[in-house]
Amino acid sequence: MNDILQILIYGMVLGSVLSMGAIGVSMIFGILRFAHFAHGDFMTLGAYIGLTFIGVMGLSPWFALPAAMVGMAVVAVVIDQLLYRRIRRTQPVILLISSFGMALILRSLIQLIWGSENQTYASGIQFPWRLDVLGGLRIKPDHVWIVLISLGLVAGVHLFLTRTRMGKAMRAMSDNMDLALVSGIPAERVIIVTWIIGGALAAAAGVFLGIDTRLHPVMGWTTLLPVFAAAILGGIGRPYGAIVGGMIIGISMEMSTLFISAAYKPAVAFAIMVMMLIFRPQGIFKGTL
Amino acid sequence: MSSSTTTLLDAQDIYGGYGGADILKGTNLRANADEIVVIVGPNGAGKSTAMKAIFGLVKVRTGKVLFQGEDITNAKPEQMVRRGIAYVPQEQNVFPSLTVQENLEMGGYLMTGDLKPRMEKVYDLFPKLAERRRQPAGLMSGGERQLVAMGRALMVDPKLLMLDEPTAGLSPKLIDETFERIKQINAQGIGVLMVEQNAKQALAIASRGYVLATGANRHEDTGPNLLADPEVAEMFLGG
Repeated sequence: MNDILQILIYGMVLGSVLSMGAIGVSMIFGILRFAHFAHGDFMTLGAYIGLTFIGVMGLSPWFALPAAMVGMAVVAVVIDQLLYRRIRRTQPVILLISSFGMALILRSLIQLIWGSENQTYASGIQFPWRLDVLGGLRIKPDHVWIVLISLGLVAGVHLFLTRTRMGKAMRAMSDNMDLALVSGIPAERVIIVTWIIGGALAAAAGVFLGIDTRLHPVMGWTTLLPVFAAAILGGIGRPYGAIVGGMIIGISMEMSTLFISAAYKPAVAFAIMVMMLIFRPQGIFKGTL
Repeated sequence: MSSSTTTLLDAQDIYGGYGGADILKGTNLRANADEIVVIVGPNGAGKSTAMKAIFGLVKVRTGKVLFQGEDITNAKPEQMVRRGIAYVPQEQNVFPSLTVQENLEMGGYLMTGDLKPRMEKVYDLFPKLAERRRQPAGLMSGGERQLVAMGRALMVDPKLLMLDEPTAGLSPKLIDETFERIKQINAQGIGVLMVEQNAKQALAIASRGYVLATGANRHEDTGPNLLADPEVAEMFLGG
């Protein structure tokens, strides 16, 4: 019982990371109609931008988080304007392959700038809180913060999407692109906001991953598969679905370690994704796929 | 421009299509602010294409589209909306996951200032929508969705409302009701240009009608005259 609770916590932490990535993937798919393969490397870059703020300015990882989010939002918009905007009117598959290329470019740049070895935000071991009432359940403060901040960001995204004109325009474009154009919704501006949110949340995912584990140039790339799985599970193009999908995938991946080797965690995400695509390709919340 | 009754829209000798062969081969359409203008014609005549060409969604290769005397040929939809032209596509004309109210807000996206008064005007016209303002448009019936679609278009206080088959897929009772609404909208001084399959009923409320065939004007007359024309009746109205 205790083990299960403990693993549930790890699952929620991983789920938070995946949700942050999957919201962006889902929004980008909904509005730009392509699977953004560089999203994992957006996460990595966000984590390394955070590392620079920690190193240069001596910020704690939690204060480096907003800086990394802003930095990554800017990078995402620049990449969109330099690359994706020019091929907006081509077929989705061209955008998809271009984003794959962008993923490779970003990863190489990260290796050039920050090196290819493992790095950490803070050295030393963080002592977990021990909850004796729950049979000695141990909770790391970092984990609590990761889950809480994720919840806060999700609430922020929710408020943005439901309360602001731009947020509603994003949902409208995701719902029906042609009608959005006919209504006079400025597509390019909506697209830029989409990249700002997607980039910022990817950075959050990367920084969380860095806090929870370590930094490595392929940290995001290896997380991309479960992020896609989460987005598909929730119904691609549906940011709320991405949150649910992220939690389900994260918890399933961690729970699987009770039965099989931890090395198979990505396989669990892959298996869920394949099952979903076979039996309910539209996802839990009817997506736009 | 010399006219006492203002010519809102004047599409002159339009050729164009989706990039391949022209679908429109010399289409001429005019609409005034006090008119309901109906376009009828057989399938594939280019009725919907003509609407899209006027609204800038299909490329006009040669010919001119004038709105209030100004050239708007191939302008962007955003420009069309700003000038006071609203267009309701035939299908998928609502944002399904957005509520009725949000659909209306999106219709008024380009409008500056408070949207509330405009919204109330739409709710006055379609009281059914007021009751369901918090419901996602995707969960509504076909008839209600059509009201949402028209309501969204009306949010910009258009001078000209373009409707592509507003009664497609509706029950006879709802068809009557939709035509009633269109008359009401027109009575507020909004010009209406619409494509209709229910040609008889549509021509009955039309100030003028056009019969299109293979992308060009075949007949043009008042609604009643077109209805009475035996050739038109035989060709396009199913006898």
